This record gives sequence, structure tokens and C-alpha cells, in this order.
Amino acid sequence: MSDQGFEATAAIACTVNGEPVRATVPVRQSLVDWLRHGLGLTGSHVGCEHGVCGACTVVVDGRTMRGCLLLAAQADGAVIETIEGATASGRVEALQEAFHARAALQCGFCTPGMVLTAAELLADEPSPDRPRIREALSGNYCRCTGYHAIVDAVADAAAHAVRER
Amino acid sequence: MKPAPFAYTAPTELEGALALLREHGDEAAVLAGGQSLMPLLALRMTAPKVLVDINRIEPLRAVGHGGDGLRFGALVRHAEALRAVRDQVGPAHLLAQALPHVAHQAIRHRGTVCGSLALADPAAELPACAVCLEAEIELQGASGRRFVPADAFFEGVYATARSVDELVVGVRFPATAPGTRFGFVEVARRHGDYAILGLASWARVVDGEVADCRLVYFGADERPSVATRTARTLRGGRLDDPATRARAKECALDELTIAPDATYGEGYKRRLAGALLERVVAQWGVAG
Ligand SMILES: Cc1cc2nc3c(=O)[nH]c(=O)nc-3n(C[C@H](O)[C@H](O)[C@H](O)COP(=O)(O)OP(=O)(O)OC[C@H]3O[C@@H](n4cnc5c(N)ncnc54)[C@H](O)[C@@H]3O)c2cc1C
Ligand code: FES
Ligand code: FES
Repeated sequence: MSDQGFEATAAIACTVNGEPVRATVPVRQSLVDWLRHGLGLTGSHVGCEHGVCGACTVVVDGRTMRGCLLLAAQADGAVIETIEGATASGRVEALQEAFHARAALQCGFCTPGMVLTAAELLADEPSPDRPRIREALSGNYCRCTGYHAIVDAVADAAAHAVRER
Repeated sequence: MKPAPFAYTAPTELEGALALLREHGDEAAVLAGGQSLMPLLALRMTAPKVLVDINRIEPLRAVGHGGDGLRFGALVRHAEALRAVRDQVGPAHLLAQALPHVAHQAIRHRGTVCGSLALADPAAELPACAVCLEAEIELQGASGRRFVPADAFFEGVYATARSVDELVVGVRFPATAPGTRFGFVEVARRHGDYAILGLASWARVVDGEVADCRLVYFGADERPSVATRTARTLRGGRLDDPATRARAKECALDELTIAPDATYGEGYKRRLAGALLERVVAQWGVAG
């Protein structure tokens, strides 16, 4: 960009859903905008763009984060997984089936964020009770379902995983 | 892209970051976890010319501990701090009780303890905990490193003793005396939201009697509120004595300055202050 010799773009190299990616990104671009517009991974949604809704949830270096509160430039060297990658690997399959069975989505806008957040909860705590599930999902907004069905689905997926073990 | 244009730089050395802050002064902003700064940029409530991203300065990741004292470098995330406190000090510690209330898991994975202190939101949990535990904030600038007691660090709404060319490089929470009990409560509309009102505390209880204690409210005034007189009222009293508790409650309502916020009036917050006091005193009774 500028008078001071700063660049308006940054070169990044990272791993997205298991694939190495190199790109040049505008320094102002958020990670989720780059994933959607640069890579065509439109499973991560963009709601509020300031951290409150959780629709943009992605997994960065193994941990869920807000894709709208990271810059794409900060992804250099990172390992990123989006809902597309989590779906392809099958690691969220039980949750996806439970969401389907319980009608835990209507428009589906919040669903990728809900599923990635719930998957992290169940990986850390295999048998959360309902208040704990609600607490873990407290950072993800759903404007359609009223949440009960989502909590049902996560509880079902947890029970299913415990039975399978 | 929502933020106003800025120049972006991510130095790998502390000296590099400090030189940039010195050069750009109040036109620069430090980018730590970005969990408060990125929203402010998106809403264009702030428009720095230069973003100094400190996330590549490896030494700032350090967690240190000795006894039950803890030091968090500037890049220690809320979630990492919580893990460190639980593993090294125990789940009863004030920070172990408070950190789960800071935002939501995905935000705790990225947001930093030092960033929360540097921001100094009056309704935030960690500034109150820092004041309660008499933490020291480590600041580094051109003229070297200095240590500021938390109580002197917080000056007002988003205002601290940090000068624009200084970086918060870490925070040190001193060890507490053996047997110290902690109490922490907050009222928020939804888990993970900023508090309407909250209270951080510790107490030393000997044979059911309060030997010493410290109470710090947050969300009441423009910075953490140390309830000195209320603590004095409780000292020497018995935990199970309703009269002591009633006196302390009355004192808290009288002592506290309450700045009403957009949603909650002063009367409600004042009643809440009394209820929170009852609850932390009850926590002292069962803890430890
Ligand atoms: C939806 C949502 C809910 C939240 N709820 C809560 C809550 O309930 N309680 C709560 O306390 N917080 C909450 N937060 C904020 C969160 O805790 C932030 O992580 C924290 O306030 C700031 O830390 P950060 O590392 O993200 O700092 P940043 O966002 O990077 O920076 C915040 C400010 O501090 C400055 N700064 C940061 N680090 C340093 C440093 N080392 N030296 C000098 N200046 C520095 C920045 O320049 C900026 O002005 C919430 C955030 C979101 C998005
Ligand atoms: S779009 Fe990121 S939290 Fe809403
Ligand atoms: S299903 Fe529509 S927002 Fe959740």
C-alpha cells in the first residue's frame, strides 16, 4: 500500500483441508472471505463479520476459531480445516446424521459452525450434559431452530459415539 | 473488506515491534488475538494506519509458574491460560473460575489474557481478577521494562497506564497464601457475554472466621472497583453469621459507584451487587 514501504498484499502458504495452498491475499481480507472468495470454500458462512454469530467458524491448527476475526495474511504456516474438509474426512458424520434426524437445521446458515463447534466439544468431552452443550454452543447463533433441536442432535451424537466405543 | 485501509506488519522480534510502535505512535495498533480489535476494525470504530501483529514473536508465548504464581506472556491465549491454571494451580483458583466466562471457546482459543488487560473493558473479567490478585503488568518500551500494579494500570474505560509506544509483554499473578479461598460470580444475559455485573474475590478463613479478604466488582464503574470498606466489614466476622453478611451487603451498596449502562439501571445493578456478595461469601464457605 503505502508511503512507508508496506505491502497491500501478503504472500501466504498454508494447508487447507489437507491440501497445500499458496496465495497472495490483500492484507485487509479476513480469513473466511479468502476461503470463500479465493478458494471457493463457501461452506463457512459470513454473518455478522464481527465475532458474535459463529457462522464463520473454522478449525485453525486444531482449534475452532472465528474466521472473520483472523486475517488471511495471518494464515501463513497454518493448518486450516473447513466444514468441507471435516465432511470429506467423515469426522463429523455422526453429528451431521443427528442434525438431519433431529431437524436441527432449517435454513442451514448456522449449521457448519454448529457442527464444527459441537465436534470440538465431543472430542474434548464425550458425554456432556445438556447445560454443558448449551454453554459450548453459546457463541453460535441460530435464527431458525430455537436451539432445542440442535441440543437434541448433539446429545444424540454423543450418546451414539459412546455406544459405538 | 470492511476495515479501513491499514498497513500490516508481523515482526518476528520484540525489538522490531517496539521500533514500529515508537515510529508510528498512536497511528499504530497492536494486533494480539484480534478478538476485540478485529470487530473494532470491522465496525470502523478504530482506523489505525499500521497494524503491528505480534503473533510471530515466539518468546511472547511463554507460560511461567512457580508455587501457585503464574506468568503469562503476551501471546498466551485465554484457553491456554485456563489449561495452565487448572493443571498447575487447580480448578479452585480465581482465574480457573473466571476464564470460562470470558467469551466463547472459539474466541478463547485466539484471544489473549494480556490483550484483555490492554483493552481494559470495564465489564471484562480479567482486569478485575488482576486487581483482585494484585497482579503486575509488564510493559516494555524504548526506555526499557517496567512493572505496573494492576490497580494502577486500569485508569478508565479502555484507558490504561500503557503509553502508546509500549507493549504489554506479560502479566504476573503472584502466588496466594496456602488455604486462600476464591469466589467468583457474574451475571450475564448469556454464557460468554460481557457481565452486567460481576465480583472477583479471595478470602482467608480461619475456623469459620474471615481473617482477610479482597473484593473487586466489574461492570459497576469505569474500571474494576475494589470494595475496600466492605472487605473491612467482613474481616473478623464469621462466615455463618447473617448479621456480618447483612452489614457487609449494606456497606457494598453504599460504597460502590455504579455507572448505569444503556440497558441496566443503577437500582437493578445495586441490588445485584448485594446478591453477588452473598454468593461469593457462600463460595468461600464451601471452597478449599
Ligand atoms: C463475541 C465476543 C464476546 C466476547 N466476550 C467477552 C467477555 O465476556 N469478556 C471479556 O473479557 N472479553 C470478551 N471478548 C473479548 C475477548 O476476550 C478478547 O480476546 C480480549 O478482550 C482482547 O484480547 P485479544 O488478544 O483478542 O486482543 P486484541 O483484540 O488483539 O487487542 C485488543 C486491544 O488491546 C491492544 N493490545 C492487545 N494486546 C496488546 C499488548 N500485548 N500490548 C499492547 N496493546 C495490546 C490492541 O491494540 C487493542 O487495542 C469477547 C469477544 C467477542 C468477539
Ligand atoms: S461472521 Fe464471524 S462471528 Fe459472525
Ligand atoms: S438453521 Fe437457520 S440459522 Fe440456524
